[in-house]
Amino acid sequence: MVDRKRIDEATGTSTVGHEWDGIEELDTPMPRWWIWTFYATIVWALGYVILYPAWPMIHGATQGVLGWSSRAELSAELRADAARRAPVTSAIATTAIADLPAKPELMQAAVQGGGAAFRVHCVQCHGAGGAGLKKLYPSLTDDDWLWGGDLASIQYTITNGIRNPDHAETRTSQMPAFGRDGILDASQIADVVSYVRAISGQEKAGAASTRGAAIFEANCSVCHGPGGQGGRAVGAPKLTDAIWLYGGDRDSLTAAINQPRNGVMPRWNNRLDPATIKMLSAYVYSLGGGEKAPLAAATPEGQGADGQP
Amino acid sequence: MASPEDLTGGNGPLYAARKGVYPKKVDGPFRRFKWAIMFVTLTIYYGTPWIRWDRGPYAPDQAVLVDLAHRRFFMFQIEIWPHEFYYVAGLLIMAGIGLFLVTSAVGRAWCGYACPQTVWTDLFQHVDRLIDGDRNAQIRLANSPWTLEKLAKRAIKYGIYLVVAFWTGGAWIMYFADAPTLTADFWTGQAAPVAYGTVAVLTATTFIFGGFMREQVCVYMCPWPRIQTAMMDEKSLLVTYKDWRGEPRGSTKKAQARPGAFGDCIDCNQCVAVCPTGIDIREGPQIGCITCALCIDACDGVMKQVGRPRGLIDYCTLDDAAVEKAGGVAQTVRKTLLRPRTLIYFGVWVAIGAAMLFSLGQRTRLDLAVQHERSPLYVQLSDGHIRNNYTLKVRNMEARPRRVAIAVDGLAEARLWTEAGTRERASQHIEIALAPDSVTRVKLFVAAPGAGPERQDFTIAVRGLDGDPRGDSDIIQFDRPETAP
Repeated sequence: MVDRKRIDEATGTSTVGHEWDGIEELDTPMPRWWIWTFYATIVWALGYVILYPAWPMIHGATQGVLGWSSRAELSAELRADAARRAPVTSAIATTAIADLPAKPELMQAAVQGGGAAFRVHCVQCHGAGGAGLKKLYPSLTDDDWLWGGDLASIQYTITNGIRNPDHAETRTSQMPAFGRDGILDASQIADVVSYVRAISGQEKAGAASTRGAAIFEANCSVCHGPGGQGGRAVGAPKLTDAIWLYGGDRDSLTAAINQPRNGVMPRWNNRLDPATIKMLSAYVYSLGGGEKAPLAAATPEGQGADGQP
Repeated sequence: MASPEDLTGGNGPLYAARKGVYPKKVDGPFRRFKWAIMFVTLTIYYGTPWIRWDRGPYAPDQAVLVDLAHRRFFMFQIEIWPHEFYYVAGLLIMAGIGLFLVTSAVGRAWCGYACPQTVWTDLFQHVDRLIDGDRNAQIRLANSPWTLEKLAKRAIKYGIYLVVAFWTGGAWIMYFADAPTLTADFWTGQAAPVAYGTVAVLTATTFIFGGFMREQVCVYMCPWPRIQTAMMDEKSLLVTYKDWRGEPRGSTKKAQARPGAFGDCIDCNQCVAVCPTGIDIREGPQIGCITCALCIDACDGVMKQVGRPRGLIDYCTLDDAAVEKAGGVAQTVRKTLLRPRTLIYFGVWVAIGAAMLFSLGQRTRLDLAVQHERSPLYVQLSDGHIRNNYTLKVRNMEARPRRVAIAVDGLAEARLWTEAGTRERASQHIEIALAPDSVTRVKLFVAAPGAGPERQDFTIAVRGLDGDPRGDSDIIQFDRPETAP
C-alpha cells in the first residue's frame, strides 16, 4: 500500500499511507533536537545506574559507586540535627531546673523537647496531652498534685518513680486495706465515706458524717491531714476538692477504703538521661497545673527532710 | 492498510534538522515599537530587584522581594503573607484574562512583542548580526568550512550568548533575596547552593532557548499558540498578506511589460527574509507566525520604493479581509477593538483588579486563629471550675512591634491566663506584646464555673492597644464534662 502515500498539498509533507474515513495521518518527521534530548536522557540514566543503587538482584540491589543509601542519608541527617540541637541540650543539662522559668527561651526549648519525649514514653498511661485516664492514671493538666507540682518535685517523681520495689529513692507510701484487713468494719467505712463526701461538698453533713469525722481523725488524718487537706510527703490526695482519681461517688470511695489501689509509676533514671527528664518535667509543668516551688525548696539541696523535694 | 514496515520505511526522514533562520535587519514603525518593548521589558526584568523601598527597621528595603525563606512577598507598599496567597492567584487570573483580552483584540501580540522567548530571541539575533553581519553574511558563514575566522566569530558570538544568558539567570535570583547582599555573596562563594544551581539552570536554558532553539520553542514546545488558535475569531487582528491585492506576483519589469496582468507583490521575498521564525506569511495564517509585524515593515519599505500604497501585508481581521476582497472598505481599528467580546474581557479584568485593590485596602493586619486543645477537651480543677486550653496564633502583619489585648465574650465568669501567668493572677483580659511581622503562639488557659452547658460557643477576640483598635475574633467552643446521671 506504499502507493497510497502521497504528498499533502497544504503542508508539503508525506502521509503515512493509511486513511480512516478520509482522515489521513501526516508523516511529519520529529525535530532533531528531540532525538538529542532523548539521547541525553539515556546518557543520564547510564550515569545514574553506575553511581546509584539501581539493579535489583536476588539479595538486595547493586550498590552504585557513590555508595549512597537512603538509610545512611537519614542517619547523617539525624546526626546533623543532634549536633544542631547540642548547644540547647547542653544548656538545659547544665541549668538547674528551678532556674529554667527565668530563661524563657530555654524553658520553651525544654517544653518542646519534653513534649517529644512525652509522646514516646508517657502517653501510654497519661494519655496524649497528659489528660490521664479516669480511675487509672492521674491527669497532669489540673491543679491537683499527689506528690507536688513544682518543677523539682515533678523531676524527682519522673526520675525515681512511684512505689518502685527495686529502687530505694522511689516515692513510696502504702494506704492500708481498711476493709479487707478488718481494720474498720462496713458501717465505720460507710461513716467515713459520708464524712469524705461532706468535706468535699458532695453531701450535706449529718449524723453519719459526724461519726465518720472521729474515725477519720483516728485512722486517716495521719496521711490525709486533718480535715482531709492531703499530705504530699506521702502522696495522700486532698479529699476536699473536686478532683477524684478513682472516683468520688459512694461506691468508688467505699472500694478505695476497702482495698486501695496504691498506683505505681516506673522510674525513668535507668532509661532516660537527666536532660531528657528535665525537659519532661518542664513539659508536664507547662500543661496548666505547674506550681511555684514551695519555700521549703529553698533549703541547700532543694530537698525536704526526707531527701525528697 | 499499510504494514508496519511501510510505516517506518517510506520517503521522508524520521528526524528533521532545523532549517536555519537568518532574519534580515529591517526598520519601520513596528521594528521601533519592538525595540521600545524590548527596552522596557528587559529594564523591568534586570532592574526591578535593585529598586529600594523603605519599610522601616523591621522589614527588608527591597521594593520587590519574594522572600521564600520567611514566606513573605513584598511588592512596593504591599506585603503578602502565605495565607493571603489568593492575591497572587488573583494576579495570575488577571494575567490569564489579560491574555484572553489581548488575544481576542490584537491576536498574538504577546507572542510577537512581549513574550520572554521572543524578546531574548530578538536580543540574540541582534548579537548574530553584530558578530556575523546581516542575513547574507550569516548564511555564507553558516555554509562555509571551519576556518580560523569562522572559529573566532563563533567563539565570540557564543561567548556573548553566554554572558547574556548568565546575566539573565543571575537577575532571576535577585528577586528572592536582598540583591546587593546576594550579589556580594554570589561572587565570594557565600550564597546558598540553590542560588548557584538556579543561575546555572537559567543560564543553560537561556543559552539554549535563546541561542539555538528560538522559533522551535514556539512551534513545538509552547502550548500558547494552540490555545490562542482556539481563542481567536474572525474579528481578531492577524498579520495578513492581502493576496487579492498581491496575486499574481510579478517583478516590476514584468509589470511594466504587461500592465494589469500582475498584482502588487513583486515577489522580492523581503517578508520571508526578515521573519524571525522563518515562515512565508504569504502562505496565510500559520502557527509559526508570532505576529511580530516585521514583514509589514519590510513590505511597506519595498512598496514605498516601487511607488505602490503600503499595507500589502498588514494587520487585518478575517472579516475585514473578506470585505476588502469583495471591494468594500474595512472597519476602523477602533471599531474592531471595541466589540462586546473584548469589552467583556476588559470588564472582568478590571472587576477582578478593583476587587483585589478594594480588599487590599480593607484587610486588617492583625489576625487571630484559635485552636481548641482536644487532648484533653477540658480539665477538672480542684475548686470545681472547668478549664479549657486554647492555642492562639496571633499574626502581627505590620512591620512594627505591637501591644494587643485578648479578651473573651459570651462565657460567664471566665478567667484567662497564659503559660507565663498563673490562675491566681488571671483576669478577664490579658495583654501581650507582639514582635513585628511575626506570628506569636499563645497557649491560653480559660477557666469558668463547672455549672453550665456541656458545650457552649464563645468569642475570643484580639484588638490593638496602640492607636489602631482594629482586630480579629474567632468563635470557639468551651467544653464541660457530661453532667453525672
